Amino acid sequence: MSDIPEGLKYTEEHEYVRETEAADEFVVGITDYAQGELGDVVFVELPSPGDSFARMDVFGTIEAVKAVSDLYSPLSGEVVAVNEALNDDPALVNSDPYGEGWMVRIRARDMSELDGLLSDTDYSGLIEA
Amino acid sequence: MSFVPHSDADRREMFAKVGVSDIRELYSDVPDSLIRDGLPEMPDAMSEWEAVRAIQEMAGQNHSLVCFAGAGQYDHFVPAAVDHLIRRSEFYTAYTPYQPEVSQGTLQVIYEFQTMVCELTGMDVANASMYDGPSSAAEAAVMARAVTRRDRVLAAGSLNPHYRKVTDTYLRGQGSELQSIPTGPDGLVDRDALAGALGDDVACLIVQYPNFFGVIEEIEPLAELVQQAGALLVVVADPVTLALLRSPGELGADIVVAEGQPFGNPLSFGGPVVGLFAAKQKYVRKMPGRIVGATVDVEDRRGYVLTLQTREQQIRRDKATSNICTNQGLNALAATIHLALLGRIGLREVAEVSARNAHYARGKLEALDGVELLYPDAPIVREFAVKTKENSRAILERGFSAGILAGVSLSRFPILGAPDGLLLAFTEKRNRAEIDRLVDVIAG
Repeated sequence: MSDIPEGLKYTEEHEYVRETEAADEFVVGITDYAQGELGDVVFVELPSPGDSFARMDVFGTIEAVKAVSDLYSPLSGEVVAVNEALNDDPALVNSDPYGEGWMVRIRARDMSELDGLLSDTDYSGLIEA
Repeated sequence: MSFVPHSDADRREMFAKVGVSDIRELYSDVPDSLIRDGLPEMPDAMSEWEAVRAIQEMAGQNHSLVCFAGAGQYDHFVPAAVDHLIRRSEFYTAYTPYQPEVSQGTLQVIYEFQTMVCELTGMDVANASMYDGPSSAAEAAVMARAVTRRDRVLAAGSLNPHYRKVTDTYLRGQGSELQSIPTGPDGLVDRDALAGALGDDVACLIVQYPNFFGVIEEIEPLAELVQQAGALLVVVADPVTLALLRSPGELGADIVVAEGQPFGNPLSFGGPVVGLFAAKQKYVRKMPGRIVGATVDVEDRRGYVLTLQTREQQIRRDKATSNICTNQGLNALAATIHLALLGRIGLREVAEVSARNAHYARGKLEALDGVELLYPDAPIVREFAVKTKENSRAILERGFSAGILAGVSLSRFPILGAPDGLLLAFTEKRNRAEIDRLVDVIAG
């Protein structure tokens, strides 16, 4: 059974969005369900701080041993930080997807986009469907 | 089990499903003028002996000429051992195996091949090979666009016109095109023009080393200029000359490609050949083609695997770095065996003798009336261009009668904007007597 923490927002492409101490900044990663489906993650290609993305733009890619997926930006905005630790240890995405396996921190351009994201119950319904 | 994949009934069902009436409708993009109704007229069936005779008669029309043509492919000596070894049944296949790890010998050869390509080019990683030099250059341009996420591709005007054309074709498919940077009066890339053309939408510059006219480009300042603008430097190299020149990797290149034909592969009227492709380690995930890696098995024994396959089409589908899902297995094998036979010193000797022949010829031709060196002060290795007062095609005709292929006519390539003349290439197979005959042919 996948871990789907309450209080986070989700996308249909299996990214999660977590609030931070800054009102307009959010941490983005992939869900426990997504890492489980991919299997052992061997590489995560991330953008650079300062890069801008529109909602659902591809901001990076994630590679497992025999699969690769695009990473979609849940919100429009600018990347303010990326998780450099994934360069050395991409398996953090497997072991701790919601913690040390985070990917990027985004400064949102349009807070209303948050309303378009899925709640934990919506997401849970999606992956069980 | 039936090996016929689709019956007429299967086809009808599929046509109905996608809403077409016949196969032709699926190819409606192809103009009618290119569609042939039925087979061309064929001769009557022959017995085996009649067929052998017919082919021998055709083969008899070939002329054996002393070759001074290069322009990308070169008449080097291939030792008989190469042909003997590639025909061993363990090796004799055209492709990378599709269940690769059971073919450890093949993978080991490819690994050795990649190592040799890295040593020659001075780069960190090489792939298992590409189809040929031109498609390698095109793939390098595609890769540079993916790495930089930029659009425009620049190419030196002194890039081989065939490479230019193939690259342009690839780029047009991507909604981009090649922009040419003029050649200065010294035969080198015009750096002011390059500086003017660079911008924050330029993905790469493709430069040839030595260039199409045989001139040794100055790679280091080009690399600096291009990389300061956030673009990559793609070097198309003549791999034989790399035995004498500083490697493109050492000079700052980001991607190095080459035509690998001079190693182990005969000219054969243009193919099949093998493309070499190498890059800096940091770009490995954007590289096209197969890559063999070394690893250890559960018992700690060395083994070889295809690695980083997530770049490739069989996994990444439409987002793959390239549509190449194979390599030029047999041609790369021939190249590997030839290089192993030559060794470091042998390859250097091949390059040195080729260069000495070129410089001997250059001295002789310079002294002729009606012949001028196109770039008299430019440093060259084994190829150079001359301007000829006489129509170069007439010289080629005269050479033909004398058993000499007197180079390649520059007038074949109007895109170069070069005056009429000949591009002449030299290998270790040529000797002074042959070069003297070439000079006589050109003198008229």
